[in-house]
Amino acid sequence: MAGMLKDLLPVEELIRFYEEMVLCREFEESCAQQYAKGEITGFLHLYSGQEAVAVGCTAGLRQNDYILSAYRDHAQAIVRGVDPKRVMAELFGRSTGICKGKGGSMHLFAPELNFMGGYAIVGGQFPIATGLAWASQLREEDRVTACFFGDGAMNQGTFHESLNWARLWELPILFICENNFYGIGTGVHRASAQAALHRRTCGYDIPSEKVDGMDVIAVYQSTKRAAEWVRERQRPYFIEAVTYRFRGHSMADPAKYRSAAEHEIWKSRDPIPNLSRRLLEEGIVSQAQLDEIFERCTAQVEEAVKFAAESPWPEDSEIWEDIYV
Amino acid sequence: MSEMTYRDAINLALKEEMRRDQSVVIFGEDVALYEGAFKVTRGLLSEFGELRVRDCPISENTLVGVAVGAAMGGMRPVAELMTVNFALLAMDQIVNHMAKVRYMFGGQTVVPMVIRMPGGGGSQLGAQHSQSLESYFMHCPGMLIAYPATPADAKGLLKSAIRTDNPVVFLEHELLYNSKGEVPEDPEFLVPFGKAAILNEGTAVTLVGYGRMSILCLQAAHLLEKEGVSCEVVDLRTLYPLDTETFLGSVLKTGRAVVVEECWSAAGLGGDIASRIYERCFDTLLAPVRRISGLDVPMPYSRKIEKLCIPQLEGIVQGVRDLLNESY
Repeated sequence: MAGMLKDLLPVEELIRFYEEMVLCREFEESCAQQYAKGEITGFLHLYSGQEAVAVGCTAGLRQNDYILSAYRDHAQAIVRGVDPKRVMAELFGRSTGICKGKGGSMHLFAPELNFMGGYAIVGGQFPIATGLAWASQLREEDRVTACFFGDGAMNQGTFHESLNWARLWELPILFICENNFYGIGTGVHRASAQAALHRRTCGYDIPSEKVDGMDVIAVYQSTKRAAEWVRERQRPYFIEAVTYRFRGHSMADPAKYRSAAEHEIWKSRDPIPNLSRRLLEEGIVSQAQLDEIFERCTAQVEEAVKFAAESPWPEDSEIWEDIYV
Repeated sequence: MSEMTYRDAINLALKEEMRRDQSVVIFGEDVALYEGAFKVTRGLLSEFGELRVRDCPISENTLVGVAVGAAMGGMRPVAELMTVNFALLAMDQIVNHMAKVRYMFGGQTVVPMVIRMPGGGGSQLGAQHSQSLESYFMHCPGMLIAYPATPADAKGLLKSAIRTDNPVVFLEHELLYNSKGEVPEDPEFLVPFGKAAILNEGTAVTLVGYGRMSILCLQAAHLLEKEGVSCEVVDLRTLYPLDTETFLGSVLKTGRAVVVEECWSAAGLGGDIASRIYERCFDTLLAPVRRISGLDVPMPYSRKIEKLCIPQLEGIVQGVRDLLNESY
């Protein structure tokens, strides 16, 4: 994005964006270490590389707006305000986890923060987001529902059903596609007949745009504008944020379907150094300040790991709790 | 009390609950303007308006998911799937979402929703529109399941379904919509989940049924009474929670059980009920538990052979006679 950063946003906002992205990155890299140690088990899908999307979008929304995501949901939850300690404890399967250790990595949930869940069936969140948006409209809550999903989810029937439904019922939903170019190992060009994903909403008369998902400022501005459009008109809108995951689909994936050259190109567009470089160039922060932010984030992540490791396991009796009211 | 049809009893339950609670909303395919494929939602649009009674596109999976989301968002949606057969298109939202979100999110949300599903066979609708899928739902924890047999239960169970904070699969038999019965007029009349009804008291054999099968069991009991055979008829009312105590208590008294299920026998709920009876009543049984089930075939269209595939009154009567003959 051209122009001076400090003309676009207050300095403290810019620094906050940076800090949130670093926190997410360090959290995810720590998860990888804990997975290697066997402390985190099961499926683990890391967000490294996509931080600008979670941070920029969340900043463009209001706190009372709903957020739903898929299974790559740690960063979405943390940026929304979930304590990293409770996310890490969830990944460790401990009773202090945000979902008492019953959900795991893919099923974070924090209704008091309007974080309405990570869903692990691809495309499963579309209808639920549609229903939440309907409820908030009926209850006159002045709330936008932001529904995050990957490029792969756009080939599920629920995507088409829900976009049609949301437009038909005129519901306040912001659909945000995190296009990282791969549904597990299948490239978007091998899965989508129209690989310009934002163009796929024309069949439902839903306006859309594409944004550089490696640029947190651009993502923030798009989301803020789109969310206010949705709020005012009570109609759905669609953003395609073009991004990249630096790791495989999950910890089980060495990502051999991508070339080293491709990976390097995207690494050069890493949203974190891209922002820090501009912050330094414009004299908004000093290297010492950036170092301090980094230290603060790593300390927070270490604290989260310590909290998780020292937390108790769920009681056996928990098996039978929370099925029925 | 007033006499009304099963259809009107459901309609009345919907109206009463919508009048009582503004958060109750109704939606589904052709439920508003068309007033329902089976006319169960007649008069709702005109009384409650299009914000609370809404037609939707033919998108069953999203239909259920919208109900899940709306319920999580503070509403009490009552969604209609035009028939239970279409639930198969929505099994992802039913099984992976509706039944799971409360648990996998550590109890931080509730899903107070009802999916009404007309179903069952016997109307010559062919293989894709005649199914009885109750065992599919029973297999999955996380939802309540009702299958009323009488108009009074249809009203009372649906009102309970709408008021509970649990998700409910509410099964209605298409051949019962015109059946009549006495229904309490009290708007606070509720039938609790997990409490079976004894439709007929007897001493020689226990007939266990649900939905339309309970009505056939009752008719069989009346016919057998003329032959001097005393049948106790247990109508399960709800398949989850399953009131095991009532049917086990009855079998402990009679020593014989016939379980009648409209669904296929393979992995059907009748096998589950039979195994519970064997586990708890083994020493009491005077004969093996007898299952009368739908045949394990896709439903044929022709009425001559369709009826062979669904439990019939004569088959239940003969099944009881056979059971008595083979008693130890």
